[in-house]
Amino acid sequence: MTKLNDYDKAVETYEPVLGLETHIELDTNTKMFCGCSTTFGAEPNTQTCPVCLALPGALPVANKAAIEATIKIGLALNCHIAEWTRFARKNYFYPDMPKNFQTSQYEEPLCENGYVDVVVEGKEYRIEIERVHLEEDTGKTLHVGGATGRIHGATESLVDYNRAGIPLVEIVTRPVPGTGALAPEVARAYTAELRDIVRSLGVSDVRMEQGSLRCDVNLSLNLPGAEWGTRTETKNVNSLRSVERAVRYEVRRQSALLDAGERIFQETRHFQETTGETRAGRSKEEATDYRYFPEPDLAVMEPSREWVEQLRSELPEPPRKRRERLQAEWSLGDKEMQSVVNADAIELIDATVAAGTTPSGAVKWWLGELSRRANESGEELAALAITPAQVAQLQGMVDDGRLNDKLARQVIDGVIAGEGDPADVAAKRGLEVVSDTGALETAVEEAIAANPAVADKIRGGTHAAAGVLIGAVMKATKGQADAGTVRQIILDKLS
Amino acid sequence: MSTISREEVAHLARLARLEVTDDELDAFAGQLDVILESMKTLAEVNTDGVQPTSHAVPLVNVFREDQPQPSLPRDAALAGGPDTYEDRFRVPRILDEEA
Repeated sequence: MTKLNDYDKAVETYEPVLGLETHIELDTNTKMFCGCSTTFGAEPNTQTCPVCLALPGALPVANKAAIEATIKIGLALNCHIAEWTRFARKNYFYPDMPKNFQTSQYEEPLCENGYVDVVVEGKEYRIEIERVHLEEDTGKTLHVGGATGRIHGATESLVDYNRAGIPLVEIVTRPVPGTGALAPEVARAYTAELRDIVRSLGVSDVRMEQGSLRCDVNLSLNLPGAEWGTRTETKNVNSLRSVERAVRYEVRRQSALLDAGERIFQETRHFQETTGETRAGRSKEEATDYRYFPEPDLAVMEPSREWVEQLRSELPEPPRKRRERLQAEWSLGDKEMQSVVNADAIELIDATVAAGTTPSGAVKWWLGELSRRANESGEELAALAITPAQVAQLQGMVDDGRLNDKLARQVIDGVIAGEGDPADVAAKRGLEVVSDTGALETAVEEAIAANPAVADKIRGGTHAAAGVLIGAVMKATKGQADAGTVRQIILDKLS
Repeated sequence: MSTISREEVAHLARLARLEVTDDELDAFAGQLDVILESMKTLAEVNTDGVQPTSHAVPLVNVFREDQPQPSLPRDAALAGGPDTYEDRFRVPRILDEEA
């Protein structure tokens, strides 16, 4: 049983130092060094060729779109773009690469020395980027046999090389000291910002749950004023929440070891999504002995300054600037904006406003009813079967007085069930606010007759009691009355 | 005295997945020693200000447009492997933590 310290106590005694390594799969049409398609989810081993299978005599050629995407990422992270750069072989024997090496970069990465600023609890942290380099993804291995086996009694690995050779960008930070108790939140904020920056560039869909953005979290602890401690590297961290949990867990685990006078081993650990623990991996002997050398089959690269400046001029508005602009345009407070960011609703709200709704109307639906539904079904907000244009139409009907919020929620049911746009659903389901005051007056009179004691209270000046009658009228009209109108009719009749 | 030890040869052999007998360790250590000695001669040349050569061909920026090309038919791809199962390459299990 792993001993864990209380988190708050741990960070009173020790100072954490973070480091983050992020891998991002680019969404180019073809692989890094060959023309094989990169379509996700294809049948196993249908997207391979002599180059990515490392058949004898095959020659790789670098994908220009991947180089441009990496330079753009470097520029967006304020990096220097190398004048001279090349690929290198990282040698290891493992069946996830048929070549027995991975084409990567070593001493001459494409981009170096950048930074990202993130704000956590009102304080700004500068995360320095050591390098951004380009490499290729590995194949997918499936371990079978023994107790879990798909092949009974076997102990084998099955390999699909469709993913082998897909361009992969690795982004490495310098060590980040000085975050104190907020280390988990800073790690998360950095990962989220990186994701948003890359997404804004349109070079990757950066979906952590699909593995197109993968995170390794390095963490060490030291006493104040002492040298930095030995770090562990936690892999398999596949959501923003997991980044935060992995840091927190390592702080608690390492501090307990240090308190007990034990030492931390430099090791690779694996994050367990279900329990939030990190577990030591079986360490590969000589794992770091990769014997890198320059890749002889690929020409060196000398990105011209004209090319780099051309790519710089194509960069979109940085996500942080855009957030600040939208926050002002939408007149949201810092807290509200934070909720929007946390719900991943910026794009959705922006598109809803663009479709003609007030910002407050758009925020209300996406952060309220729709977030609630997404949480219930365990989906992302963007995955709900309702579009920003449909939300805009819905709110338009509320603004026109044709729907109240209660009816609007029933309309959402219909839209999500695939019955069409809000106007269609309202028409088909007969959902419309009753604006015929004659019908409402009849319903109010019936409610008064059925609740004489309540009516007397209201006559006596207790207007709050009107709620009971409003409720009765709403029930009678199946929620299709406007509550404000009903209230007014009740008070008119009983005063 | 060899500049390269038996242990280093054993280490390299392990990295290269080569099975080497005790006798061979001694033999290879001796041979590698000769090679390293020869390289020392080269190292005497003054290379100040000379960029290391990794490529003999004077080519830079050789790129490919991002246009998909046909892949191999699956059976042809799998034909190069030692064994297959359910459209995948089948290999001995490697003992390593893998998610």
